[in-house]
Amino acid sequence: MKCSIPKFLTLALILCFTFSCKDEKTKKEEPNKSLVENNDEIAVYNFDELEPLLYSSDDEIHIINFWAMWCAPCIKELPYLQAFANKNSNVKLTLVSLDFAQEIETKLKPFLAKKNIIEKVILLDDPDSNTWIDKIDPSWSGAIPFTIIFNNDKRFYYERSFENLTDLENEINKNFNL
Amino acid sequence: MRKINVLIAAVIIATTVLVSCKEKAAKHQEKEMTAKEHRDTNDHPPKGHPPRGEGDRKGPPPGGGGHSPEQTKTLEEIGGYKIGDVATDFELKNIDGSTFSLADIKDAKGYIVTFTCNECPFAKMYEDRLIEIHNKYESQGYSVVAINPNGSSENNGESYEAMQERAKEKEFPFVYLIDEAQEIFPKYGAVRTPHIFLLDNERKVQYIGTIDDNARSANDVKVKYLENAIQALEKGEKPNPNFTKAIGCPVKPKRA
Repeated sequence: MKCSIPKFLTLALILCFTFSCKDEKTKKEEPNKSLVENNDEIAVYNFDELEPLLYSSDDEIHIINFWAMWCAPCIKELPYLQAFANKNSNVKLTLVSLDFAQEIETKLKPFLAKKNIIEKVILLDDPDSNTWIDKIDPSWSGAIPFTIIFNNDKRFYYERSFENLTDLENEINKNFNL
Repeated sequence: MRKINVLIAAVIIATTVLVSCKEKAAKHQEKEMTAKEHRDTNDHPPKGHPPRGEGDRKGPPPGGGGHSPEQTKTLEEIGGYKIGDVATDFELKNIDGSTFSLADIKDAKGYIVTFTCNECPFAKMYEDRLIEIHNKYESQGYSVVAINPNGSSENNGESYEAMQERAKEKEFPFVYLIDEAQEIFPKYGAVRTPHIFLLDNERKVQYIGTIDDNARSANDVKVKYLENAIQALEKGEKPNPNFTKAIGCPVKPKRA
């Protein structure tokens, strides 16, 4: 009898531990799941890692858009790019974010979820922009938004934002067969 | 007696566990709340776009190009100064209410004309470095002359009052001018913030570009382009390189 009370108490204690903390954990994880689905992993590249993505040997149309959350005209054109990708499944859109790598979880992912941006986003984190801007396009000043539209045959550079979906479609129809 | 001791101990431990977990939960909730608030403030597509632009746009220009007035030109089309051009002086309003011209700086050996603004993260990352450069070179005859090309009463974050506030917060030792008419930055060819134009004593453009090769981390800078250019001028040499590029926030022309 002397023994059983401590035993009982230990059991109670263990139960107490398990219940009180478990409950909280399950609650924690839920809200984030629904928030980000398609861009739940955002890769961080330096320029050398990014460069191969800027060229292609297949004959699909690729759109590479350089943007950032701090760039107002970029944010304005993102929905047109996304809408274009939604309409044309054979077009490959890659959004290269120049945001801060430390803010992927806290700002970038919530931003993308909020704006329904589901196309692939990667983050370019390479401080030596004076070197890599010229490697991408010598006539690019470094201002964003900046967009490259290309296939294995042609490439076009746009140091400007697209005004609307039609503007983007016109540019692509002018140069490519969709 | 022993039983009671054990019991008391157990009760104490149990309460601690319960309380500590609750505390954690509360803290977590708090964190989530602040995170949410953060998110919310971020959702408003930041800065820049004065809302009035949307309404009175005249639609795409003839020719169907649909070019945005935002940043539609390549480097060559933008024009602006090239190395060796004589840059214009100007009369712009400083944050202290006075009107400022380059000619106001007596015995200048050069001018560090810097297009920058309040809210651009790149402009902010360079504020401390600009202050340092000004303090280091002013006595040698090279002052920073900061111009806000986005300064506008229609844009809260970039208004004249906001500029005054920012200058006070950071204790800018240099002038901070507003180019509200947006007449000066196109002449220079400033396309982003920050964008530096180093002029010599005859106002000839000697260097155009960025301050150094690492916006994000002053500690990891390998090449100080601007300082190297100033030191070259001091020695009577031509800066090399005299032109660099950087990622920066686009200068926002107002919509006509």
